[in-house]
Amino acid sequence: MNNLPRYNQAKWTSQSVYEPLLSEKNMTEISLEHIPLPSNLKRNSLTLPSLSEPELARHYTRLSQMTYGVDSGPYLLGSCTMKYNPKFTEDVAVLPGCSIHPDREPHTIQGTLEILHTLQEHLATIGGMDAVTLQPPAGASGEFTGILIIRAFHESRGDFLRNEIIIPESAHGTNPASAALGGYNTIEIPSNEEGRVNIEALQAALSENTAALMLTNPNTLGLFESEIELIASMVHDMGGLLYYDGANLNALLGRSRPRDMGFDIMHYNVHKTFATPHGGGGPGAGPVGVVSKLESFLPAPIVIKTKSGFDLFTPENSIGKVHGFYGNWLCLVKALAYILRLGDSGLLDASAKAVLNANYLGSKIQYEIPFRPFYHEFVASSGEQDAAEVAKRLLDYGVHPPTTKWPLIVSQALLVEPTESENKTTLDQIAASFNKVSSEDQSTLKSAPNSTTAGKIDQTTAARSPILSWHSLDPSL
Amino acid sequence: MNTGTKQVESIGGHLMTHLPPTQSPYTPHTSADVESMLSDLGLNSIEELFDIPPAIQFTDSFKIPPRSEHEVKTELKEIFEKNLPLIEFLGHGYYSHYIPSIVDHISDRSEFLTSYTQYQPEISQGFLQVLFEYQSLIVELTGLKIANSSMYDFATSIGEAALLSGRISPNRTKILVPDILRPERLSVLKNYTSNSGFEIESYPTYHSNTDVNELSNMISKDVSMIYVESPNSHGALEESIEEIAKISHESGSLCCLGTDPVALSILESPSSLGVDIVVGDASVLGLPNAYGMGVGLFACRDEYLRKVPGRLVGITKDANNRRAYTLTLQTREQHIRRERATSNICTNQAWVALRAAIHAAYLGPHGLVDLAKQCIDLPLELSSKLNDIEGVQSPLYPRYHFREFVVGTEKKAIDVVRSLETKGYAVSAINDHELLICITDTNASHINSFVDAFKEAAL
Repeated sequence: MNNLPRYNQAKWTSQSVYEPLLSEKNMTEISLEHIPLPSNLKRNSLTLPSLSEPELARHYTRLSQMTYGVDSGPYLLGSCTMKYNPKFTEDVAVLPGCSIHPDREPHTIQGTLEILHTLQEHLATIGGMDAVTLQPPAGASGEFTGILIIRAFHESRGDFLRNEIIIPESAHGTNPASAALGGYNTIEIPSNEEGRVNIEALQAALSENTAALMLTNPNTLGLFESEIELIASMVHDMGGLLYYDGANLNALLGRSRPRDMGFDIMHYNVHKTFATPHGGGGPGAGPVGVVSKLESFLPAPIVIKTKSGFDLFTPENSIGKVHGFYGNWLCLVKALAYILRLGDSGLLDASAKAVLNANYLGSKIQYEIPFRPFYHEFVASSGEQDAAEVAKRLLDYGVHPPTTKWPLIVSQALLVEPTESENKTTLDQIAASFNKVSSEDQSTLKSAPNSTTAGKIDQTTAARSPILSWHSLDPSL
Repeated sequence: MNTGTKQVESIGGHLMTHLPPTQSPYTPHTSADVESMLSDLGLNSIEELFDIPPAIQFTDSFKIPPRSEHEVKTELKEIFEKNLPLIEFLGHGYYSHYIPSIVDHISDRSEFLTSYTQYQPEISQGFLQVLFEYQSLIVELTGLKIANSSMYDFATSIGEAALLSGRISPNRTKILVPDILRPERLSVLKNYTSNSGFEIESYPTYHSNTDVNELSNMISKDVSMIYVESPNSHGALEESIEEIAKISHESGSLCCLGTDPVALSILESPSSLGVDIVVGDASVLGLPNAYGMGVGLFACRDEYLRKVPGRLVGITKDANNRRAYTLTLQTREQHIRRERATSNICTNQAWVALRAAIHAAYLGPHGLVDLAKQCIDLPLELSSKLNDIEGVQSPLYPRYHFREFVVGTEKKAIDVVRSLETKGYAVSAINDHELLICITDTNASHINSFVDAFKEAAL
């Protein structure tokens, strides 16, 4: 308890702002008279900031200092797997030959296709799946791809009645949103008292209208769905498919594969499990793996190995495309580099340490953790304290807080995922921070954060009268 | 508390980067740490934390040997060397320009690179400000009041635009698109809309521009959105955007324009032409050719604000009464609205948007307009040189071209492609006797040798 780190985020203040906008540093209007286009096609003038490179380098460096990443400190955002992003993967993504136009003919880019094919194969092996598409550019896009494949599969069998996707109430919000985008009604089922799938509720929800069940395992409480084999057979017996949301795959790497659990289709979050950097919100990538009976529905194209090398191939019943080209290529290259670096032993070690870290941290914090035993993440309840305020106060101790107030099954939820990247010392410091906050009074919490660049943000004003560009900030622009 | 020196035997091979790891090189635990943590948990081994039923345990191996950092780099470098080093004159909706060094250096600052969505705005002001500046850039270029902080790519932005039009006019079911739309974009659009009850219809183009008369015959009260591109997939600037928007509005539908930020820096502002939604790929700034990876640009009129997909950064105040930034209007989003969200998007392309914003800031208005002018001058120069070749008509259609243009060849286009490939150039055939040729600052230095090669290839 005596080793709480002190944290102060960089802050530049200039009167009533932190760092002035580019538009406040300079705005230059230029005429377009010299542009060789008829006047009805071109604009008269363009007004944008005009700054020198040294001025810009300073602007952006200051802004980077006012941003907190995994390299800054612990990032406990549950369900997001904010693990360390190995530096060398950035170098791999700028190797000569990596920068390629998507319309190159396959025989001229055998290297690119070999990279993609190798990643397809490794992901298939890791998930136990028979085939993989790398095209979906994010997890939610992977879900949507899965939904389209599920629909195409049922319809290919003349089965047009299945219009429902079953989703546990604790599922990620993207699950129901993706199902709805695919034209399905979503049936939400409650959890049982242990925080797992409620078998009776599932039984009641299943019908000849069931297209699929979407599930993550371990679930968003960090609990292993121990009845997954029963769940799978219930869904399959009713003619439905089982979809695996890969958000929590990091907990099971090398220990249990979605296919072994009975899943027919899954997405992988390479920016979570395979350590590609989250980039302030993205890009990620959400490859989708399927069992053989769904292979012919995969998006076009996939990479295949032929006698003479690698080629692009459109599966017979392909759903078409979910991205204009081949997805987030740079993320895919980085993910492959990570998988090759770790190999079997490293991947197994990642899940071991991720689960060890969560359990160790969980054992050291005083907030109640209602659901156990958990794997790589856990949900604590801040009880009488407001979880959102607890999160703000944790910022003062240099900890990026957990996901808050979700899943809803735990009141004042703090969804904590330390990942395998933290060492014991840091975990002890995180625990000490939690415990300090848990003992602090409401006014201390309400006035937090104090050591971040900005003080507590007024969300209401932002939403009531939205100012979304420098033009609406300064009408003269 | 083990904060001191690590014992040698606990390090294993994993800290020595020239050796393959025996555990993950990115788990910092010493064996003493692990023992101490297990002991605190009352456990003998980490495996006791896993209660996976035996029947579904994976006991085999993936047969992926671990490698040292050096080995992975060497291996991948060797694989990449199998790509033929062709000089690309490829475009067809995906373009790149020279990336100034500041873009790589700043975007690789690890605070930017290793952060995630700004759920805690107090600690994320810097990234939020960059995204706000990106949104402002797009607002300036489009003249529309709302720009989101990114979609996945060009194609998915068209899909989201169509869905937005459906939220605005729930009873309309048709989307009209040009017949020269890239088939991949059409396929994505169909996937985004088909399960929401939309039909996609293609309207004819004439000489790489919209056939406005035909389009006006196709319009009806069922149409939710007319989609048009400029520059389009033939590299031609669309000359009738204002008329198309008028046709669209007379029938109560929306007009959506697909374009890009470099072109927009000189083109008439879409909003003043009556366009309601602008989509495109902003990664023409900030990203080299990345096998199709991009960042979806999305802007629209402010009356659609609460129906917009994607993340929005807005301005507010903090407790110190200073101006601050935050993600706003999040009740539109999937993590709150679930199946009734305006989109399923969560992870987006924020870092690519950051790169585009830095590139645009580096260029400034002069640099951006100069770059755009090159996108007009270079195709003029190259197409005129190609037109001097016997059996070649270049450009095939008399339009204003941006970056690329269609070339007609007497010889079969695919044979020209093959022949150029043996001479070190990549171009694409779009028809039996039509090629698409793209030229930007990235390949302009090869213009004369390319023309020489083309002369031989077209024979």
